[in-house]
Amino acid sequence: MHADRILLAHGSGGTMMKELIDEVFVEGFSEEALKRLDDAASLPFPGSRIAMSTDSYVVHPLFFPGGDIGRLAVCGTVNDVATSGATPMYLSVGFILEEGFPIADLKRILVSMREAAREAGVHIVTGDTKVVEKGHGDGCFINTAGVGVLPEGVDLSGSNCKPGDKVLLSGTLGDHGIAIVSIREGLEFSTSIETDAAPLNVLIANVRAAAPDARCFRDPTRGGLASTLNELADASGVSITVNETSVPVNDQVRGASEMLGYDVFQVANEGKMVAVVPAEQADAALAAMKASPYGEKAAIIGEVAESPAGKVYVFTSFGATRIMDMLVGEQLPRIC
Amino acid sequence: MCLAIPARVTTIDEGLMATVDIMGVTRKVSLDLVPEAVEGDFVLVHAGFALQIVDEEYANETLELLKTLPFFDEEVQMSGVVEGS
Amino acid sequence: MDLSGFRDPAIAKGLIEAINATQTGPVKIMEVCGTHTVSIAKNGLRAVMPERVTLLSGPGCPVCVTANRDIDIAIELAKQPGVVVTTFGDMMKVPGSYSSLAAEKAEGRDVRIVYSPLDAIAMAKNEPDKQVVFVAVGFETTAPLIAAAILRAKDAGLENFSVFCAHKTVPAALGALVNDPEVKIDAFILPGHVSTIIGSEPYEFLAKEYHVPGVITGFEPVDVLQGVYMILKQLEEGRAEIEIAYHRGVMPEGNVHAREMVDQVFRPIDADWRGIGVIPGTGLAIREEFAHYDATKRIPVTPPEPKEIKGCQCGEVLRGITLPFECKLFGRGCTPEHPIGPCMVSSEGSCAAYYRFTDYGKA
Repeated sequence: MHADRILLAHGSGGTMMKELIDEVFVEGFSEEALKRLDDAASLPFPGSRIAMSTDSYVVHPLFFPGGDIGRLAVCGTVNDVATSGATPMYLSVGFILEEGFPIADLKRILVSMREAAREAGVHIVTGDTKVVEKGHGDGCFINTAGVGVLPEGVDLSGSNCKPGDKVLLSGTLGDHGIAIVSIREGLEFSTSIETDAAPLNVLIANVRAAAPDARCFRDPTRGGLASTLNELADASGVSITVNETSVPVNDQVRGASEMLGYDVFQVANEGKMVAVVPAEQADAALAAMKASPYGEKAAIIGEVAESPAGKVYVFTSFGATRIMDMLVGEQLPRIC
Repeated sequence: MCLAIPARVTTIDEGLMATVDIMGVTRKVSLDLVPEAVEGDFVLVHAGFALQIVDEEYANETLELLKTLPFFDEEVQMSGVVEGS
Repeated sequence: MDLSGFRDPAIAKGLIEAINATQTGPVKIMEVCGTHTVSIAKNGLRAVMPERVTLLSGPGCPVCVTANRDIDIAIELAKQPGVVVTTFGDMMKVPGSYSSLAAEKAEGRDVRIVYSPLDAIAMAKNEPDKQVVFVAVGFETTAPLIAAAILRAKDAGLENFSVFCAHKTVPAALGALVNDPEVKIDAFILPGHVSTIIGSEPYEFLAKEYHVPGVITGFEPVDVLQGVYMILKQLEEGRAEIEIAYHRGVMPEGNVHAREMVDQVFRPIDADWRGIGVIPGTGLAIREEFAHYDATKRIPVTPPEPKEIKGCQCGEVLRGITLPFECKLFGRGCTPEHPIGPCMVSSEGSCAAYYRFTDYGKA
């Protein structure tokens, strides 16, 4: 194909769309299932229970330190499926492209997705593309849906947490959010912090093997750790307290958060996992996390208590207790 | 109105600007308000400007003074809710 | 430089015990700096105070005390074609009479958050076809930066950068508070970084004329505890002085050079403090000489009639008469998700600090 930018015609179902699919998408993803170009993929599926998840990705800018929207789109959905205890297997992907979007950028995104999928051990088996008029989209929006095979008897849920349980975190907080804001116009600063976007299905599987009674897993994405823990506390009707000094945070993330007035507990992560496990299995779970890819800096960061239900606290570095509140709206940099 | 953090001046740039380091993050800030700052100084940074040089001696003096308070006991640990690892 | 000592639990505990050992009657201590409001709430410091000590939050959030009308003007500026309104993040969600900058951005106006006025100047240089307006809100910590930015813009001969100035100054406002018959304040925790600029002299009248002590305090937990301790010692000993606890950040003479720049670019005017009313001499306006960089002169706009919010008790909260959780709307109709007044919406408004970090007033 000759075009170097997405045109409205690429979305209209005609020959130009066929060219785009054959020469860019199928080429880019390099998946057997896609080459047949059926409307639905027919796939082998072991077992009788599936876990399914979907997410849309609208991050801006599309390319940021250490990653891009494509990597996010694969890792995010893989992680969501994996939190149920399922082994992620297949992804669908839907693109909404803006007229004028450079195809070279699209190709970069597809390569990212292909590599992330390989790393996670999943296949992208079906997809769709639509094109919207210039000005009606942010370059590229992606939706991915994922399915995985869920063994019998596995019942991980945010409502399972019990008093006495320990809360684990797989690594440093805030890397993704700070990486994104470091290149935002008007706020830029120099940092070597990169996004932490990563597939954590192997990490979750390892922790489950070491701690078979793990209650739940959840990734602290938008809204950060604060949103995740508040959701868990609510769903389980328990209280959670986090020990501030136990939470791993890179110095640069701390520095940037102080400069902008951000609360690190509310900054987004894309390659971290929170796990709640019974106290007697916590050490084994931690060891498994640390031995897993992307889990080297894992730590036990907190504990579950009976009450007050739905509340999350921080035991601060200097010894006082305060509430870990959930983000309201967008986190804005402040000077006050 | 008061969010200002200490940062170390790593280089003096032209045009009364400086590059400062906040725990590894670097940014350019203006020295319009503290033109006398030099490399190695710590400055309070607020909204992209240095406000003042942070006096390390005073910082240490204050901490030493507070440790002389009758109730200060350096053995005190604020025990955490959980042990980190 | 290792400043971790200012978060040291052992030093904090020593100070807490020292505070508890002081001998005073019930006292009301007011802080007048939004950053202190947040620090106190975030570090759970109220809970470690003896019962007789009440820490009040005053009108120290410059965003909270920005008059409705000023926000309405900023919004009108955003509506002008070809205008980019740049602002600190703090101002985005604060409600004016009818709207907010965040709401206007959602409507498609070009409103951008910047970390520094220098970023706004860079935008102006990069986009010569746009008129970049910087919304300048803040106390004396921030005014010098804006003065410096205006001087830089003038030096560079920038034709598309201007400032909408809504700055306020603190000392005279403290005078109004100390004269307020409804609140009896026994002492002030004085702002740290405002004092970095203005030094300690502007507060002397509190001690000399009103016999009210004040301690210039920093923001780490140990700093705040030290400030409170020094205040209680003064009250215990019947002294009324202006002391500096925040030695490492504040010199008694302040930053003379910064003040000269402020005097060069701004002149004092009367200012309308939301919820309090007009306090003479507490505002700053851009001098004639720099009128070219005054957004209201370059882009004259007529804001709509200002409208106050019914039932909102922000004024009483800002003066320390009502505690946030005593406001009838706190948690009932006024929450961070659905804020009614600025005290709840601003990231360092008293109500937001209480709501976010403590259990007060919540079911």
